[in-house]
Amino acid sequence: MVERQTAFSRIIPHAVLLTGVAIVAFPVYLAVIGSTHETAVIANGQMPLTPGREAFDTYYRTIFTGGSRTTREPVGTMLLNSFTMAMLIALGKIAISILSAYAVVYFRFPFRRAAFWMIFVTLMLPVEVRIYPTYKVAADLGLLDSMAGLTLPLIASATATLLFRQFFMTIPDELVEASKIDGAGPFRFFFDTLLPLSRTNMAALFVILFIYGWNQYLWPLLITTRDDMQTIVIGIKKMIVTSDALTEWQVVMATAVLAMLPPVAVVVLMQKLFVRGLVETEK
Amino acid sequence: MEKRAVFGNRVLPYGLLAPQIAVTLIFFYWPAAQAVQHSFLVQDAFGLSTEFVWFENYKQLFSDPSYYRTLATTVIFSTAVTAVSLSVALLLAAMADREIKGATGYRTLLIWPYAVAPAVAGVLWIFMLDPSLGMISRAMRPLGIDWNPRLNGNHAMTQVVLASAWKQISYNFLFFLAGLQAIPKSVIEAAAIDGARRWRRFWTIILPLLSPTTFFLVIVNIVYAFFDTFGTIDTMTGGGPAKATETLVYKVYADGRLGGDLGGSAAQSVILMFIVISLTAVQFRFVERKVTY
Amino acid sequence: MAAVTLEGVSKIYHGGVQAVRNVSFDVPDGSFCVLVGPSGCGKSTLLRMIAGLETISAGTVGIGGRVVNDVEPADRDIAMVFQNYALYPHMSVYDNMAYGLRNRRTPKPEIDERVREAARILAIEPYLDRKPRALSGGQRQRVAMGRAIVRKPQVFLFDEPLSNLDAKLRVQMRVEIKRLQRSLGVTSVYVTHDQIEAMTLSDVLVVMNAGQVEQIGTPIELYRRPQTRFVAGFLGSPAMNFLPGRIGREPGTIMLDERPIRIATPPAAAPDTQVELGIRPEDLRLVPRGQAGALAMHIEFVEELGATQLVHGRIAAAPATVQVPTGAIPPEGTIELAVDPAATHLFDVASGRRL
Repeated sequence: MVERQTAFSRIIPHAVLLTGVAIVAFPVYLAVIGSTHETAVIANGQMPLTPGREAFDTYYRTIFTGGSRTTREPVGTMLLNSFTMAMLIALGKIAISILSAYAVVYFRFPFRRAAFWMIFVTLMLPVEVRIYPTYKVAADLGLLDSMAGLTLPLIASATATLLFRQFFMTIPDELVEASKIDGAGPFRFFFDTLLPLSRTNMAALFVILFIYGWNQYLWPLLITTRDDMQTIVIGIKKMIVTSDALTEWQVVMATAVLAMLPPVAVVVLMQKLFVRGLVETEK
Repeated sequence: MEKRAVFGNRVLPYGLLAPQIAVTLIFFYWPAAQAVQHSFLVQDAFGLSTEFVWFENYKQLFSDPSYYRTLATTVIFSTAVTAVSLSVALLLAAMADREIKGATGYRTLLIWPYAVAPAVAGVLWIFMLDPSLGMISRAMRPLGIDWNPRLNGNHAMTQVVLASAWKQISYNFLFFLAGLQAIPKSVIEAAAIDGARRWRRFWTIILPLLSPTTFFLVIVNIVYAFFDTFGTIDTMTGGGPAKATETLVYKVYADGRLGGDLGGSAAQSVILMFIVISLTAVQFRFVERKVTY
Repeated sequence: MAAVTLEGVSKIYHGGVQAVRNVSFDVPDGSFCVLVGPSGCGKSTLLRMIAGLETISAGTVGIGGRVVNDVEPADRDIAMVFQNYALYPHMSVYDNMAYGLRNRRTPKPEIDERVREAARILAIEPYLDRKPRALSGGQRQRVAMGRAIVRKPQVFLFDEPLSNLDAKLRVQMRVEIKRLQRSLGVTSVYVTHDQIEAMTLSDVLVVMNAGQVEQIGTPIELYRRPQTRFVAGFLGSPAMNFLPGRIGREPGTIMLDERPIRIATPPAAAPDTQVELGIRPEDLRLVPRGQAGALAMHIEFVEELGATQLVHGRIAAAPATVQVPTGAIPPEGTIELAVDPAATHLFDVASGRRL
């Protein structure tokens, strides 16, 4: 910086930032602590800020048998459902988007612009605003309580298509021309050149979309009625019973920790890709 | 912008587009069209017959005081979420920008709440703010605050705003930090030579140069508060007490779930669509500018 | 090996912009043809039509006696070196060179043999496993050449292949390309806007302007006897001087500022026709003051090149440049210059053609 720094002015930013980190982390810290105490300790409002001794028990019970009173499915099943849903949404979106972007950028055909705009407009229609008609369509197609019903309506979106289109535009024309001269047709060019070049973009997009899929709430809430189809984000809500006495808070908190773990791990471990994905999808 | 080098196939591109177009037609355009259609219809109590009523559903909606209450709730809620999360994020980003060395480390520590599901964020904050067992509510009691979001609408609103803003700080921080680091150092040095002290530099140089980022984030945060916070509200308050935390999106869900008024719910959906479309349009005008820069 | 034949080739884009107008010429088998001209003159478009990367609006392109208008680029038996090299960034140097052969189902051992041979010729053997991004500009250029060589095509096409290199490397690669083409004997068409590249590389030089061919010939023909004022001004560095005047009444003279200048061959044009007298800077000779028929030049400034000096100034009102040995010229004042009557070029102002 421009001014000479005194010891004081050097410390302030760190102090502010550390406070910020503490505030941001505190709710999660409490959840982790909460998952290690007994129901009774939590319910009477006397939970200490240090870990208790019930951790192993609680997590084991949460994952494999489910809570005794409120949940009907073990969280292990929910984790598996969430994981399947998130993977299908992320991979499905990437697959259909890269294909349609390829068509729009590298071919000339009647209705090309119309097709592009048709996809583009969907950017403006989040599932929340058309929730019941979409539900009705899914019901009519017999997709309730199925993985297809859970994922298909969330798979089509303009964001990924726009991102790939943007990226393809930056690939020099000469690469296509060199491929043509080297005897590569549209299939070969796609698999030999375009796909390998898109690797980083696909990975960045995957990180964002996995989180998007994992965190879905409203749509799964409507489309799934069977307990064995529940995702963890839905399951956790159903564990909270309106009267406190019945809620097994240590199980709820263990579930919360488990629900956060995969997407948070993805963000922290693949931070570079995550940041890239976030910035690119907003262009 | 168009490619010069393209492939000549006639049929292949349609095949490539088919999956996305199919899903889009079935799950976007068809439901959206149905929403528009239903918003002009009234169904009798048994769902046996429907009648075309022009704008009757809309008229009813706009003469209903509870709809205006929900509208006001939505505005208050999204303004509060945007204001809280933007100002905290800007403060943190400005601090991190000063200390470039540690900036990436702090970024790692601050960005992960983005990955927490809105519904889970709601659960985490209930655990802290629950009137009987929450750690924070306990701490407030000696201060003479009778914290009870289950009965007090303002308390309920506060906790929903806190949980929603908490989750959005990471996103805003990331973009603010990137925006700050993109400001050329030479501009700031020139301002320093022109005699502007740190605080003054922030207000007269840095903040104006950051305004594109800020504007962009305001839109993104409003959209977030409108639509993505459904899970937070549903887990924390369920729209209550007495609809004090019922936003427009929540109302569509709640009214539709109770069955009954199909036309009214559809009219609400259509109005929401208009709101998103105009927000997105505003955002895209801005994006266009960003591209031409 | 094959000759390239262009007959009445035109390119009209959507919206009616005519990039290439009715171009016809032959590139004999095994020769090196350079298309040169200012940017936007249509030379790249013409090259890309030969490659099959642009459709041909009118006329025919033939390679080895076969009309290829409707043949896919891959089937024209050509190879192309691009200005930005267009290497596949995710493939190793080896795979970049092998890709075209694999697509043609060439047997593996043969691919290996050809790639290694090309790598040896181009001295890029140590880099075969590297990705293009780990190479310098010159090395990438060699890989791009290698990709063309391994294919053993009938025709090499070069689209300004040296313009992304620094000056020193450009000279070096220029020599190398020429040597390579000689030893392989493959017909080549090379596009550049650099007239030095054009002069040094070509057997057949085609100067283009505004979509049309200005002149075709050997480089020395074009340099010695430019048929248009455009060619005269385009080739040669420093550029030719043009002095405005008119044809004198006395045969074999040109009136410059009412002073007669003698030229070797009297033009077939009426007296008083407006002309430009073209003289190359190296064809003006410094003479002692007062010699008959000499031109007076007012010095404006002098550029030192080491062995020679470039003197910039004005002859009458026209800007002019002379190249003289270092030390021969005072830094300012006026000098007198003699013109070799055989080294003059005369152009009609109205048509721009040589008289």
